[in-house]
Amino acid sequence: MNSAIPTIADFYRVLPELLWCGFGLLAMFLQPFVRNRHFFTALAFIGALAGMAGSFLSFRNPGAGFYGLIQADAFSFFFHLLVGTVAVLVVLAAGPYLDRERLPFAEFYALLLFATAGMGVLASAQELLTAFIGLEMSSISSYILAGYRRDALKSGESAMKYFLLGSFATAFFLYGIALVYGATGTTRLDMMVDADPSGTLLKLGLSMILIGLGFKVAAAPFQIWTPDVYEGAPTPVTALFSAGPKAAAFALLLRIFATVPAATHFWFWAFWILAVLTMFAGNLGALVQTNIKRLLAYSSIAHAGYILVAFAAVTSMAKGGRAEAAVAYAAVLFYLLSYALVKLGAFTIVSQLGGAGEKNLSLDDYAGLSQRQPIVAAMLSIYLLSLLGLPVTAGFFGKFYIFKAAVNSHLLWLAVLMAINSIIGAYYYLRVIVLMYMREPSAESAAAAPVGFPLTVNVVLAVTAIGTILFGLMPNPVINFILQPTLFGH
Amino acid sequence: MLHGGHLLSVLIFFPAAGALALMMLRGDDHKYIRYIVLIVSAAEFFFSLLMLRYVRVGDTGYRLEEFAHWINQPPINYHLGVDGISIFLVILTTFLTPISVLASWKSIEHRVKEFFVMLLMLEVGGVGVFLSLDLFLFFLFWEVMLIPMALLIGIWGHERRVYAAVKFILYTMAGSIFMLVGIIWLYNATNTFDLPTIQNMLATGLLALSPRTEMLLFLAFFVAFAIKVPLFPLHTWLPDAHVEAPTAGSVMLAGVLLKMGTYGMIRFCLPLFPGASHRAARWVALLAIIGIIYGALVAMVQPNLKKLVAYSSVSHLGFVVLGIFAFHNISMQGAVYQMLAHGVSTGALFLLVGMLYDRRHTFEISEYGGLATPMPKLAAFFLFVALSSLGLPMLNGFVGEYLILLGTYQRHWQWASWAALGVILSACYLLWSYQRVFFGEITKEKNRTLPDASAREKWILITMAVVTLWMGIGSVFITRRTAADSQAVIDQVEPQRPYEAAAPVRPGQQAARVAPGVASADSPERSGTR
Repeated sequence: MNSAIPTIADFYRVLPELLWCGFGLLAMFLQPFVRNRHFFTALAFIGALAGMAGSFLSFRNPGAGFYGLIQADAFSFFFHLLVGTVAVLVVLAAGPYLDRERLPFAEFYALLLFATAGMGVLASAQELLTAFIGLEMSSISSYILAGYRRDALKSGESAMKYFLLGSFATAFFLYGIALVYGATGTTRLDMMVDADPSGTLLKLGLSMILIGLGFKVAAAPFQIWTPDVYEGAPTPVTALFSAGPKAAAFALLLRIFATVPAATHFWFWAFWILAVLTMFAGNLGALVQTNIKRLLAYSSIAHAGYILVAFAAVTSMAKGGRAEAAVAYAAVLFYLLSYALVKLGAFTIVSQLGGAGEKNLSLDDYAGLSQRQPIVAAMLSIYLLSLLGLPVTAGFFGKFYIFKAAVNSHLLWLAVLMAINSIIGAYYYLRVIVLMYMREPSAESAAAAPVGFPLTVNVVLAVTAIGTILFGLMPNPVINFILQPTLFGH
Repeated sequence: MLHGGHLLSVLIFFPAAGALALMMLRGDDHKYIRYIVLIVSAAEFFFSLLMLRYVRVGDTGYRLEEFAHWINQPPINYHLGVDGISIFLVILTTFLTPISVLASWKSIEHRVKEFFVMLLMLEVGGVGVFLSLDLFLFFLFWEVMLIPMALLIGIWGHERRVYAAVKFILYTMAGSIFMLVGIIWLYNATNTFDLPTIQNMLATGLLALSPRTEMLLFLAFFVAFAIKVPLFPLHTWLPDAHVEAPTAGSVMLAGVLLKMGTYGMIRFCLPLFPGASHRAARWVALLAIIGIIYGALVAMVQPNLKKLVAYSSVSHLGFVVLGIFAFHNISMQGAVYQMLAHGVSTGALFLLVGMLYDRRHTFEISEYGGLATPMPKLAAFFLFVALSSLGLPMLNGFVGEYLILLGTYQRHWQWASWAALGVILSACYLLWSYQRVFFGEITKEKNRTLPDASAREKWILITMAVVTLWMGIGSVFITRRTAADSQAVIDQVEPQRPYEAAAPVRPGQQAARVAPGVASADSPERSGTR
C-alpha cells in the first residue's frame, strides 16, 4: 500500500469510473464517424452496464486505493450499482426523447456517462479533494445537460441558474475542505477519526462542506434552485438529477459524517433544523404547484428532508452504539434506492406524456388519464403511492426504516414532524391520482390519440415499477446487504 | 386445507387471486364479470364458514395460526390467527361482499371490471386486518384498504365524490401514520412486532412501560382507531364518505371499515396498554356518549336519507366504544355483537336507500312520501330493517344494545343511563323518517309509478332479513363463541377481576387502583422527546 506504484488492485477499485469515462470518451470520439443515432444509445447502454459490471470487480478488491484516496467497500459498491442503474435507465428513457426533440445523441450520452463517473467518485472518495473532483465532474456535466435543449428558453434559464448557484456551492465546499485541512492537517477522512470534534475550525469547515452538499441534495434553505432547474431541464435529465447526483451527494455526506467524529449536539441540531426546514419547504411548496415537473421537484426537496431525518439520527448517537448508527445508514441507503427507482419512473412517464417540445406538463393534462391510458395511469399511481409511502411499495419501507432510525435514537418529535409532513405530502400525491382517476379529461386531450410508449421506455417503466413493488414486498436482500457491519470497509 | 392448515391464507389470497384474474379479463363483457365476482365472493363466504369448525365454544386464544418469516431485519412475520372475536368479523366481511356485488349488479354501468376488482381488494384488506397477529402486517392491510375504498368513492360515487374521497383518505392516513410511529416505538421497547409475544411479555412482567410512555402509545393507536370508528369529534369524514359512496361502498364502509376501528381497540388498545386504557376510559366513554346522543340528534334533523343512516352509524358505533371501555365481559360481548348487528342492519339500510336512489336518483326525504302504496314490499323490508336497527327485541340490534347497556350499568350506571337515551332517540329518527318516506299522501307525481322490489332486490333483502332475524333469535350461537375470548381481553385489562363477579366500581376506587402503578413507575429518562 505504501509503494509508490499503484497496484492492479487499485485500478480494479476505480474500474467503474474508468469504464464510464472510457465509454463517454468513445462516444465523443465516434460521433463524427457514425451516422446512426441509435448506435450511441446502444453504446451508452453497454457502457453504463459495463461500469456496473466493473463495480463487482471493485467490490471483490475491497480496501483503500491510490494511497487512501478512494475506498472500495460495500458502501461504494451499493452506490456504484445505484448510479449505474440510474444511468442505464436514463439512457433507455432518453433515446426516444432525444429523437422526438431532434437533439444530438452522442454528446448527451457522453455527458451522462461523465456525470455518472463523477457520482461514482463521490461514492467511493475517501479524501476530500478526490471528492471535489467527483463533485465537479458530475456538476459540470449536469450544468450542460440542464441546458441541452438549447433553443428552449426555460432550458437555458435552468442551466444558467444551476451553474451560477452550483458554482457558488462548490466554492463553499472547497473553502470547507481548506478549513478542515487546517483543523486536522489532512484531507483524508480516515485520518480524521481522532480529530477533536469540538474544534471551531473543524466545525466551520464541516459546516461549509455541509452547505455545499446541502445545495446538491436540495436541502432547505439551499433548495431555491430546484424547481426552476427541474422544470427547465429536459425531462430525462431531470430524472437523472433527482436520482443520481442526489444519491451521490448523500453518499459523500454519509461517509463524512460516519467517519469524522460528529456525534455532537452541534451537528445533531444542524441536521435536525435542516431536516425540518427541508421537509416543510418541500411539502408546503408542492401543495400549490400546477406543473407536474415542479410538483415532483418540490416533492424531491421534501424527500431530501426525510433522508436528513436519518442523518439527525446518525449524529445523535452520542449514547447509542454502532448498531443504532448502522440502522440509520441502512435507512438512508434503502430510501435512496427506493426513491431513485420511483423518481426515474415518474419522470420517464412525464417525459413521454409531455409531447413534442414538452408542452403537456400541466396537471390538468393528467385529468382522466386512466381512461385514455390505463396502464400508464396505474404505473404513475404506483410511483406516487410509493412517494407517499403506502405499504407494498419500496417507498413505504424506506419511510419505515427512517421512522425506525428516528425512534431508535429517541427523536420522537422529529418522527412526529415527519409524520405530519407525510400527511401534507399525501394530499398532493393524491391530487394527481384523483385527477387521473376521478376527473374527466378535457375536450382536447380526450380527442388526442394516446401517446405511444416505445419499447425502451416500457423497459424503464417495467424495471422501476417491478423494483418498487418487489422491494416493497421483500426488502430482505437489500437490507441484509446494507446492514452488514463492514459497510464502510472497517 | 381439510385440516385447516392454510385456511386463513386462503381466505386472504383467494379474493386477491380473483381480483388478479379479473384484471386479465376483457373489460367489456359485463355480465361475465359480474358472475365471476359473485361466484368468487360466495365461495369466499363458504370458506370463511369453515373456520367455525376450529373455533370451539369455551376455548380461548388464537386458532388456525400460521407463521412464516417475512423480513428478518427488523423481524416482521407473516403471522395469522383467528379467535372468537375476529372470526365473526371475518364472516361479516365475506358475507357483505357478495351482497355488495349483487347490490351493484345494475347500478354500476361504467368501468365495471375496475369496480369489482376494487371491491375484491377491499375484501382482501378487511379479512387481512381481522386475521393479522403481527402489528406490522396489521398496519399493512390497514393501509392497503384505503386505496380501493377511496377509489370506490371517488370514481363511482355521487356529485361531491372527489371531495369525500380525499377527505376520507386524508383523515384515515393522518391517524394511521401516527399509529405507525406508535408501532415502531412499541417495537423499540419489545424488539418484536408479534402481538402474542408482546401480550406474553406483558403478562409475565417482562415489559413494563412507564405510565407516560404507555399513555402516548395508547393515544397513537387509539386516535387511528377512533378516526376509523368514527368517534365524536373525529367523525366528520363519515357522512361525506357515506353520502357520496356508491351503495356497495357504503355497505362495505359501514359493515367492515368502521369495525376495523372498534376491533383495533379490542385487539390492541386494551390488551397492550391496560393502564392507559383505564386512565382514558372515562374520557373515551364521555366521547362515546356524546357521539351516541349527538349522532342521534343530527340524524333526526337530516333532510338527506343517506346522511341520516350515516349519522345513525355514529350513534351506534358510540355504543360499541362504550361497551368496550366499560371493561365488563357482558358489555364487551355486547360490543362485539353490536359490531356484527350494525354491519348487517345498517348495511341493509344502505341497500334499501340505494334501491330508492336507483329509482329516483335523490336522497332527499322531501322528494319521497307515501311510497308504501307503489312499493309495498320494499316498504315492508324497510320497516323490518329499521326496527332491527332501533333495537326491537327478537331482532339483532336489540341483543347488542341490551348487552352493552347491561354490562355498562353494572360498572357505571351513569354511563348506561345517558347512553340509554340513544335507544329512545334512534326509535325517533328511524320511525319518523320511515313515516315521512313511506306513509302519508304521495306528493310527487313521479313516485306514483315507481316499481316495487325486483327479484334480485327481493333476494338480497330476504337474505338480510333472515340473517337479522336469526341473529336476534339465535344470538347464543355467536355469544357462546365470543364469551371466552372477550373475557380473555377483560382479564388482560383487569387481571384481578374474577369472572362475571363484577361489583360496581366508582371512579374514585378505580383511580386508587391505578395509583400505585403511577407512584412506582419511573420516568427519569424522558424517553424520546428531543
